[in-house]
Amino acid sequence: MQLNRKDLLGLEFLSAQEIKLILDTADNFKEVLQRKIRKVPALRGVTIANVFYEPSTRTRMSFELAEKRLSADTINFSKATSSVKKGETLRDTLENIQAMKVDIVVMRHASSGAHKFASEFLEASIVNAGDGMHAHPTQALLDMMTLRERWGTFTGKRVTIIGDIMHSRVARSNIWGLTKMGAKVTLCGPPTMMPTDIEQLGEGGIKVEYDLTRAIENADAINILRVQLERQKAKLFPSSREYFEVFGVSPEVLKHAPNGCIVMHPGPMNRGVEIAQEVADGPQAVILPQVENGVAVRMSVLFLLVGGKAEEEEVAS
Amino acid sequence: MIDWKDRKEYWIAWARIADPVNGRIRTGSVLIRRGLIEEIAWQKQVKTDLPVLDAGGLLLAPGFIDIHTHLREPGFEDKETLETGTAAAAAGGYTAVVCMANTDPVIDDPSVIEHILKRSADLGSCRVYVNAAVTKGLEGVEICEYHHLKEAGAVALSDDGKYIINSQVMRSALEYAGMQGLVIISHCEDPYLTNESQMNESYWSTKLGLKGAPAASEEIAVARDIRLAELTGSMLHIAHVSTAGAVELIKKAKKKGVVVTAEATPHHLTLDESMLEDYDRNLKVNPPLRGKKDITTLRAALRDGTIDCIATDHAPHTAIDKQVEFDLAPPGMIGLETSFAQLNTELVGKGELELIDLIRLMTSGPADVLGLPGGKMAEGEPADLVLIDPDERWTPERENLKSKSFNSPLLGKELTGRVQGIFLEGKWFSSIK
Repeated sequence: MQLNRKDLLGLEFLSAQEIKLILDTADNFKEVLQRKIRKVPALRGVTIANVFYEPSTRTRMSFELAEKRLSADTINFSKATSSVKKGETLRDTLENIQAMKVDIVVMRHASSGAHKFASEFLEASIVNAGDGMHAHPTQALLDMMTLRERWGTFTGKRVTIIGDIMHSRVARSNIWGLTKMGAKVTLCGPPTMMPTDIEQLGEGGIKVEYDLTRAIENADAINILRVQLERQKAKLFPSSREYFEVFGVSPEVLKHAPNGCIVMHPGPMNRGVEIAQEVADGPQAVILPQVENGVAVRMSVLFLLVGGKAEEEEVAS
Repeated sequence: MIDWKDRKEYWIAWARIADPVNGRIRTGSVLIRRGLIEEIAWQKQVKTDLPVLDAGGLLLAPGFIDIHTHLREPGFEDKETLETGTAAAAAGGYTAVVCMANTDPVIDDPSVIEHILKRSADLGSCRVYVNAAVTKGLEGVEICEYHHLKEAGAVALSDDGKYIINSQVMRSALEYAGMQGLVIISHCEDPYLTNESQMNESYWSTKLGLKGAPAASEEIAVARDIRLAELTGSMLHIAHVSTAGAVELIKKAKKKGVVVTAEATPHHLTLDESMLEDYDRNLKVNPPLRGKKDITTLRAALRDGTIDCIATDHAPHTAIDKQVEFDLAPPGMIGLETSFAQLNTELVGKGELELIDLIRLMTSGPADVLGLPGGKMAEGEPADLVLIDPDERWTPERENLKSKSFNSPLLGKELTGRVQGIFLEGKWFSSIK
């Protein structure tokens, strides 16, 4: 089995079946990662470029590890050490990378739509590792994998996403992925960071609730977004102190959620701003399992995009 | 074959003559003498010894006038030059264009006006009028020498691309321009609300993850300028109106007797924000493409007279300018060569506007806004005319455009209605090779 598409640009373009295929395959790869030799030859001979125009710790390491676990050859690019500093355009940079015979470009870029633009001229497959405020599909997939492991299904489950929704590609990708799989999504955050008509996003409609306790009182999981401190400079909220008071998830706030409500955070965390220390390290948190699943999900995506044809049996074994 | 370019006196016979002022299209013949419309005869054929050009039943209208064109020279000759820009204008049926002031150097000094007027007169493709800057360097701080600029040939004032943020500066500009009898063309946008915006603020900006400019950013700016026009009694023209709310403000102001006029662009009348789904940089414009309701309101405003004219906001950018990430691409699309066909296809063809009203909005409408000559089908007017086949289907392609840039979302899309050529002071220039 493989995905019948060249690129992974965002979850809005995937069907529920395709998302299920990615998650099922990721479950298989996770099993591989528990073995003594955590490596399969599925992408032997495949070359992958990791092109990061924005800083990243987790996503970049996770992709690189996923590629190595699949036996792919990898090259890395980061804006800080590249010719971009000399004024080279995105198009020139990517065409040069492609000229070196690359099969997949994993890219993170600050501009929404950068991957769509790249797909206009690149023959290599493009995997979106984050574009501006638009999409971060593999993050949403690893969030969903983590939830499905605990729930077995998404049908009827309620997920509340808390924080700076406007600037969050993680929120947008989660909305598309979760609603396509049958979960119900509620958003909560300051109105200054709640984008226009977000209720219409996803499939089947989502809810916006500005009161945090009401937003989580029926939640089976909450996903707490990082609040970027530069948003304070843009006057979108008055202070970190007030943010924590109104939208921070403390142990007291979490008591309003049902027992067993799962706590997620895509990282990096501002402890004491959007999430209290005790919550981040508490029994309901799955923040480190999310990171662990990130490798399996990225193996799945890369494999299904280009490696799915000949090597299928090896993975299944 | 007779070279009509050199004829000083001849008849154009069997034309469907569009008379925008009287709102009619009738078959007739036109006598051209020494660059003027000498006589209009409401009959197909004329008995004469003079040469006769058979128009074959095609539409003959006053030449189009665009009061909002970026010709880019001086300073941005990689995007467009006076030569390519005026050739594009002529190909699109325009016999006159008003070029915008955001060149380098900015048109805030008589010497730049003199250069543009001399160079475009030498080229002779179409008439070029100059719009000079309201403030020096388009910086919104110091008003320019309107008297000197008018002496040099400026026909209007605009800091297009930039809104004059300081209300006192705008008040002074209106008062001083009013004394000179010059219209101020305002680009209405509250820059604090539109800061870094890439498109209209709506579901679509949320979906695409692009920063949005709310309709209110335009409407706040329109409302202020209308109040200042009312305060000063000076002439105000609102450039590229794009929101339903701005239309309502202008409508109310006109009813109240404020001296305000307004234009709409072909793209704001035909293209909507949802088309940005694939992040096409050629659809990135400022003000941004808005929603379907805004388009409906703009179209109604064409019919009820709230919008006085069509203006292209022809904004050439090179392929390199546009072959970048969406947020790095400069806003703007070209429009001179496709404006008639686009509006004929989308508005006239779909029954939303009469052909004669479209002609009016591209001829006498813009001429009246700035008090320019031409735009009328009447004896004694300059023989600046356009010959159109409203039914011919054609497809704009990079190869058949005269503009130096081809940042248009219409390339490869079939349109109905094609300009055959223009008469400039009675001299014929074919648009089709």
